[in-house]
Amino acid sequence: MTETLNAELPSQRSTAFDPPAELGLLREREPISRMKFPDGHVGWLVTSYELAREVHADRRFSSRAELQHSPRKVKGEPIRQRPPAKPGMFIGMDAPDHTRYRKLLTGQFTVRRMNQLMPRIEQIVAEHLAAMRASGEPADLVADFALPVPSMVICELLGVPYDERESFQQDTAKLLSLDSSFDDIMAAFERLEEFVLQLARRKHVEPGDDMLSGLVATGELTDEEVANMGLLLLVAGHETTANMLGIGTLLLLQHPDQLAALRADPSLVDNAVEELMRYLSIIQFGTVRTALEDVEIGGVVVREGETVSISVAAANRDPARFERPDEFDIRRSAVGHLGFGHGVHQCLGQQLARIEMRVGFTALFREFPDLRLAVPAEDVKMRTDMAIYGVHELPVEFS
Amino acid sequence: MKIEVDPDRCAGSGMCALTDPEVFDQDESDGTVVLLQPSPTGEHEQAAREAAHLCPAGAIRVLE
Repeated sequence: MTETLNAELPSQRSTAFDPPAELGLLREREPISRMKFPDGHVGWLVTSYELAREVHADRRFSSRAELQHSPRKVKGEPIRQRPPAKPGMFIGMDAPDHTRYRKLLTGQFTVRRMNQLMPRIEQIVAEHLAAMRASGEPADLVADFALPVPSMVICELLGVPYDERESFQQDTAKLLSLDSSFDDIMAAFERLEEFVLQLARRKHVEPGDDMLSGLVATGELTDEEVANMGLLLLVAGHETTANMLGIGTLLLLQHPDQLAALRADPSLVDNAVEELMRYLSIIQFGTVRTALEDVEIGGVVVREGETVSISVAAANRDPARFERPDEFDIRRSAVGHLGFGHGVHQCLGQQLARIEMRVGFTALFREFPDLRLAVPAEDVKMRTDMAIYGVHELPVEFS
Repeated sequence: MKIEVDPDRCAGSGMCALTDPEVFDQDESDGTVVLLQPSPTGEHEQAAREAAHLCPAGAIRVLE
């Protein structure tokens, strides 16, 4: 018992594409097990698909920021109760606050709206692929394609000037870097907040046909609320898809049979995107929820106030839900994966992410039939040091 | 087969409209579920069951 009490979240990946092996062992033996968080809190770790779904769906498990203990260790973070979510930062809230903010945005991210964006996304993708070809070999697929495409799309949607991307991209990288100290993260966060707050203020004077202007125009929100909602969308909207495009390309290049199948039948791309989401689960630390009352689940009682860390990566490799879970197979039905989470907080931008990935991968592999790595695969720098996994760079050749 | 939806529970994830756009749609203003076919038949029956299972907010109920 003492042993499990002291267990921390396993973080050492067994291969570039697989989650830590210990998570699989835990899932077999103890799908909800005791876990020690970096701040000393003794909570729980969920590793099975069924329990991961259950915790996300159960409203007795809260997302409120001030109740959470984080599985991510941050250098210099004071041990303290976390502050409540700032106004508008609805990812760290429960109903009814979460609902009120989210409902102001869900109409903008419907399946139909996102499908209507497809021609513009195709154009952005085509321009970046043409520029990558023109820049010569080797090219860095991350800098030329994977990062700029979703950044430009989310900038246009929100109404953030794209030529100001450098500062928010750098500050986002600081938020996500596991080497950042607590002070680094706070400073980056404040700069990002200020950046979006200034934008929100400008939208009063010069409104555009964009989401920030739309939020300002509701008249229901303070500028601070608009800024925090915008910040959430900006950060979540570019790094996540960017990393899926980068590491997804690497994974497909490393599986020539799968890539050949996708090239032979591009209609497989929808399915391939779901499988990439399942297989890669790039949110390294998964999600957390805290029990608002004692909850019996998976044969244990999670006491009120205890935080549950949910390993989405382990859940998405659960053999009880997915046959041959460690095999990457773009033809399987991966629908139901937890790559976008589950429950009322499930990724707001998921339909946008799907379209960006479908369009992005389709065009990339069509336009570059000879795409290949320009370095040995083992030399590709993996983002083991970032909260969102992926590749730092992907040097490619294509002629 | 009969289905019921609860727009108050809905989180607007769009999983239902993605799974079967002939049975489910989303409200233009807040993205919440709109039921187009309360009694789907044939292939839509299976898709509606899948949509109910996928719904992250438990806003779709399948009544036999």
